[in-house]
Amino acid sequence: MPADTIAFVVRRVGRATQSSIARLGFAARFFALVLYHSPAALKRLQLTLREIYFSGVLSLVIIVVSGLFVGMVLGLQGYDTLNRYGAGDSLGIFVGLSLVRELGPVVSGLLFASRAGSAITAEIGLMKTTEQIDAMEMMAVDPLARVVAPRFWGGVISMPLLAALFSVMGVFGAYIVGVRLIGVDNGTFWGNMQSGIDFWPDVTNGIIKSVAFGIAVSLIAVFEGYDSKPTAEGVSTATTRTVVGASLAILALDFILTVFMFRGAA
Amino acid sequence: MPSDARPPLAAPTCPTEIAVELADVSFGYDRRRPVLTGIDMQIPRGKVVAIMGGSGCGKTTILRLIGGQLHPQAGRVTVAGQNVRDLDRDGLYALRRKIGMLFQFGALFTDLSVFENVAFPLREHTELPEELIRDLVLMKLNAVGLRGAWQLRPSELSGGMGRRVALARAVALDPMLVMYDEPFAGLDPISLGVVGQLIRKMNDALGITSVVVTHDIYESLKIVDYIYFVSAGRIVARGTPDEVKSSTDPFVRQFVDGESDGPVPFHYPAKALAEEFAHAG
Amino acid sequence: MNRATIDLWVGIFVTIGIGAIVFLALKVGNLTSLQTAPTYHLEAAFDNIGGLKLRAPVKAAGVVVGRVDVVRFDPKTYQAIVGMRINDGVQFSKDTIASILTSGLLGEVYIGLDSGGDTVMLADGGHIAKTQSAVVLEKLIGQFLFDKASTGGGK
Repeated sequence: MPADTIAFVVRRVGRATQSSIARLGFAARFFALVLYHSPAALKRLQLTLREIYFSGVLSLVIIVVSGLFVGMVLGLQGYDTLNRYGAGDSLGIFVGLSLVRELGPVVSGLLFASRAGSAITAEIGLMKTTEQIDAMEMMAVDPLARVVAPRFWGGVISMPLLAALFSVMGVFGAYIVGVRLIGVDNGTFWGNMQSGIDFWPDVTNGIIKSVAFGIAVSLIAVFEGYDSKPTAEGVSTATTRTVVGASLAILALDFILTVFMFRGAA
Repeated sequence: MPSDARPPLAAPTCPTEIAVELADVSFGYDRRRPVLTGIDMQIPRGKVVAIMGGSGCGKTTILRLIGGQLHPQAGRVTVAGQNVRDLDRDGLYALRRKIGMLFQFGALFTDLSVFENVAFPLREHTELPEELIRDLVLMKLNAVGLRGAWQLRPSELSGGMGRRVALARAVALDPMLVMYDEPFAGLDPISLGVVGQLIRKMNDALGITSVVVTHDIYESLKIVDYIYFVSAGRIVARGTPDEVKSSTDPFVRQFVDGESDGPVPFHYPAKALAEEFAHAG
Repeated sequence: MNRATIDLWVGIFVTIGIGAIVFLALKVGNLTSLQTAPTYHLEAAFDNIGGLKLRAPVKAAGVVVGRVDVVRFDPKTYQAIVGMRINDGVQFSKDTIASILTSGLLGEVYIGLDSGGDTVMLADGGHIAKTQSAVVLEKLIGQFLFDKASTGGGK
């Protein structure tokens, strides 16, 4: 009996690994095809603009509000901890660095993955279920160029903008809490922040991170949608995979990028 | 009523007598389970041919083989004299521009209006100016009786209307071959009659060839020139509507008369009844 | 949702997005200072640089005039050689003193330059001869305890 179960488990793991690797290979080829069709998609600017609207503009509310709240909490918690070491005046630089380097790109990335990523996956998956993708293929229009690439670039362009907005709203939230409510000196708040944060490497690395996250989330979203099973259950599975996969990818990428970027600063 | 005057978009009339031919075609999505075996089919130019059979017998797969979405594991699929498998990507896309397809339930693009849906193939494949596209689109919509609905969105259309818009889109580029995947599915009797009449009249007025995959026997007998019956992946019967109506073949008779049991069995393969309920004794 | 509306909203979105990036660069970071000014290179040798890091500021009279851009160890003299980029237009005399200081008790470590009276100025690649190493806290405490011990022991 035990030998049977072991063999069974090994076979299942082996098959799962093989299918995961095959899927990874397919995803890589898919990514290459999307890039190949991108010039055509960007020439049809209207399509991409429409996707920027659906990914970016429609995410504004959640990003702005979340940024504000995160900033306010950072202000409260940050001041409480810093004040214990008499470093309450450093609130500005603490909040600024946390947001610009980490929280801005990461939290807005996670929010973007759940809001826009799942919407993209569901939309493409539904188009597949209702045979719209097949119809396009049969009309000799490549769906990768017309449906997938614009959505990919819509996401990649929106992400850094949303991350920057998140950071700005966060700083503003911390300013309201720190300067207006708690009473940290206005000049000290901004002055310390400015002297402590550099455009290079802090702000630029934050931008690089958000671009990387944008690519990861958008790629996973369009891939899962395109690869979904054309049933209601298939679309539901695909959207779940997008949110989970993109979120994990963001956190993993964040770690890797942080190691590379800020290793030298310490 | 579709107009007899052909629009300025010169349609490629089919260069060969036989528009589509399937020669000894076999195919299976999964190597172990063939969906089609030894299919031999000729579809002559200018005719309306129906492919009929029960659900899941491979009818839609035949359409995908003709359109080049799938390649047969054995045999040859020829469209207008060209072997579909030999075509490269550009050749395949050129072929598809000459084929129109009406998908089951329409497959209209839900993010575009009715007008934009019909204009889609024109915008993608031609450089025609906007005024000409507008005229063509409205002409096609007029042919299916929906010129006044050009501003509506697909979600605002009834099933029959959506099907007709999809038909207008399928013939937007004046193809030489139009394929219909279950065009009668889920329609009310009036819409059934409308769609059936449109298929026939479009075919004759535009000089195209039509392949209709369906299991609606009554509408088909009214409008088609020839019928192929497919069951379990093979062609089990064929003939003109008259031949079919007077046929003595048990499969054809079961299909035409709508008998619940016959060559296509009622019961899914299962254990013998006594064995199943043995414990209840 | 027609084209004009979408275009408008996308335009607004991209504008405020880029505006946010600019805000971060100027108000939160300090892009306007230093980045594009032309600089020249100076060197100084220290016995101990303490917590001096790369990109630490170089200040004269408390104003940032440059940045540390290279730190290396000289195995022959057992000293730390610090290279700095100083803004063009700010000149220091040959007898300038370079000290490693800390801003506040727990603040960042920086290099302070005190210009001397010599009329000859340091040029690109110049070497600051007089340096003052960082104050290492442990040595300071050790010194204090030693002093305390010697004066206390004398009683």
